Amino acid sequence: MDMVRGHILCCGGTGCTSSGCDAIIKEMEAQLAAHDLEKEFKVIKTGCFGLCALGPIMIVYPEGAFYSRVTPEDVKEIVEEHLLKGRVVKRLLYAETVEEDNIKSLNEVDFYKKQKRIALRNCGVINPEDIEEYIGVDGYRALGKVLTEMKPQEVIDVIKESGLRGRGGGGFSTGMKWQFTYNSQSDQKYVACNADEGDPGAFMDRSILEGDPHAVIEAMAIAGYAVGANQGYIYIRAEYPIAVKRLGIAIAQAREYGLLGKNIFDSGFDFDLEIRLGAGAFVCGEETALITSIEGHRGEPRPRPPFPAVKGLWQKPTLLNNVETYANIAQIILNGADWFKEIGTEKSKGTKVFALGGKINNTGLVEVPMGTTLREIIEEIGGGIPNGKKFKAAQTGGPSGGCIPTHLIDTPIDYDSLMAIGSMMGSGGLIVMDEDNCMVDIAKFFLEFTVDESCGKCTPCRVGTKRLYEILEKITSGNGTMEDLDKMEELCYSIKSTALCGLGQTAPNPVLSTLKYFRDEYEAHVRDKVCPAGVCKKLVKYEIIADKCKGCSACARKCPVGAISGEIKSPYTIDPDKCVKCGVCMDTCKFGAIIKK
Amino acid sequence: MKSLAELEAIRNKAKGSVNLRKDDNAVRIVVGMATCGIAAGAKPVMTALMEEVAKRNLENVAVTQTGCIGVCRLEPIVEVMVPGEEKVTYVKVDPKKAAEIISEHIVNGRVVTKYTIGAAQ
Repeated sequence: MDMVRGHILCCGGTGCTSSGCDAIIKEMEAQLAAHDLEKEFKVIKTGCFGLCALGPIMIVYPEGAFYSRVTPEDVKEIVEEHLLKGRVVKRLLYAETVEEDNIKSLNEVDFYKKQKRIALRNCGVINPEDIEEYIGVDGYRALGKVLTEMKPQEVIDVIKESGLRGRGGGGFSTGMKWQFTYNSQSDQKYVACNADEGDPGAFMDRSILEGDPHAVIEAMAIAGYAVGANQGYIYIRAEYPIAVKRLGIAIAQAREYGLLGKNIFDSGFDFDLEIRLGAGAFVCGEETALITSIEGHRGEPRPRPPFPAVKGLWQKPTLLNNVETYANIAQIILNGADWFKEIGTEKSKGTKVFALGGKINNTGLVEVPMGTTLREIIEEIGGGIPNGKKFKAAQTGGPSGGCIPTHLIDTPIDYDSLMAIGSMMGSGGLIVMDEDNCMVDIAKFFLEFTVDESCGKCTPCRVGTKRLYEILEKITSGNGTMEDLDKMEELCYSIKSTALCGLGQTAPNPVLSTLKYFRDEYEAHVRDKVCPAGVCKKLVKYEIIADKCKGCSACARKCPVGAISGEIKSPYTIDPDKCVKCGVCMDTCKFGAIIKK
Repeated sequence: MKSLAELEAIRNKAKGSVNLRKDDNAVRIVVGMATCGIAAGAKPVMTALMEEVAKRNLENVAVTQTGCIGVCRLEPIVEVMVPGEEKVTYVKVDPKKAAEIISEHIVNGRVVTKYTIGAAQ
């Protein structure tokens, strides 16, 4: 009889795939075969471990050795040393996991210690393409329990009682949403899953679908039973090919095992799922636009009410939840509402997944209890800011959210606290900025995004965001006036109160929050015509300090536009009219003679 | 899927394999697999241990290997680590003794004193 004595888990999330995990897996299989170990070790491609900054990642069990930044050349050493002789390859271990020559459990590493994984519990643990592994970690037990022991209203009551709120950004009570859909009378109802994750820098939903697709399928079947729907749709953007593929495999396996289809668990309940691919328009993450898009029309929002719970897909009552919301459902059913209520704050229960990005050491995916402070996420889990720079602000909620400045870094993160300081939870993007980021430029970046993504149906959003962008453009070029700042603020409030959908209503948030907390930076751009962070090119000037310049001509030779001139061994000068402010001269100079003003 | 029992059967089958990836509370059986151990016949011992564990469907038992611990003359060496108990070191193990270690020590919880390093010295 064969027995596998070790598992080799390789991260197959999008992050690690792009840093080359497929080549590593291939090499591993070849090396195992060459050493006659293929029966003793099992190679498993999992979903995202969360620590994308260190990818490709490989964990070897039972030792729990956490190898980071593995290359195909390293694989031979891992097989010959670790798998054959039992000597862990120390030089490849993630430094944080080694303590006095012993391997620490992953849960004790700073990055994972403060995390609580509910939605991500199986990501990086199971093989997402094998339904039996999901069943092995209690998968589909919640569905079994619901179908054999509970009435629809009982299911809804548990979800209501748990206090779960929508993880897509709005934070509406999930239980209430289920109740409204349940209450709507109709011959046909639908459930749908919003996997149209579009915020720049956010990839929570993608990772869940890549790492644990069955969790979403199971939850949608539970939701279908609870609200009285027998058909579901998962709306996912085509830009997530790995997630789409794994979801497709998962749905096919669930059908094969009779966990989708007719008469599931012999309960008389039928349920099936279909995938709908979105073309990547940001507005399609808005619920009414998403529904319109599933129906096959151009993705444009429509006024609410009627809400989808009353009239959604093809005018039938439709329950629409986000991926991360669904990922919590089975756990709540299995462990009970009280268990879930224990986690989090008074009004925000459970955990939230954040995609950490920007100026932070541990770029990746983290899941923390609600109420964790920004400081804990950035300094402890995220490992702080690289290169000894100072924290300036964190941006949450993507293009709909706002910037949180240094003095609010101890704010506990939950729906209401973030709202109170002018930001929002959003779907969970968290971009960290240091002193080298210009806040006006950040606001401009997000505005450029919304201008591009505005569907054009309503005027405040179509024209208003464009005008806002133009004012920001004017300010960053050094042509802004103090009146522009007031005008901009007024325009923000009118867009907020008149736009048709969430996209337009929240689009001014990045401008408003930066104006509120970083007005001095705006004023520096307007009044002094300088960009304090040195980002806005039109306001930056490069100069050579004559005393420090040795006249080596290195900068002049590197300058792409020939803006630097002078004689060898005497100080050079930069012609500001020719200079394109690329900064190459500054990087080239060995004597620190070039400064940016 | 027609019943919970059917789901439970698949779950039990898959659970053992997934459990290997939890690093808590597992019984660890470590075989010395350095050159000295391999030369003394550690590989068949390891195979015997794994077959025995599989045959008895033991959960939470990890069979793994280590390098040379210094007493090469007593190889093959097998160490059994049960959480909360002192480590037991068996020496000059062969496949037959290996099976006995599993049935007596791991299953019944009785240390096979006659094969331990203490008895050999």
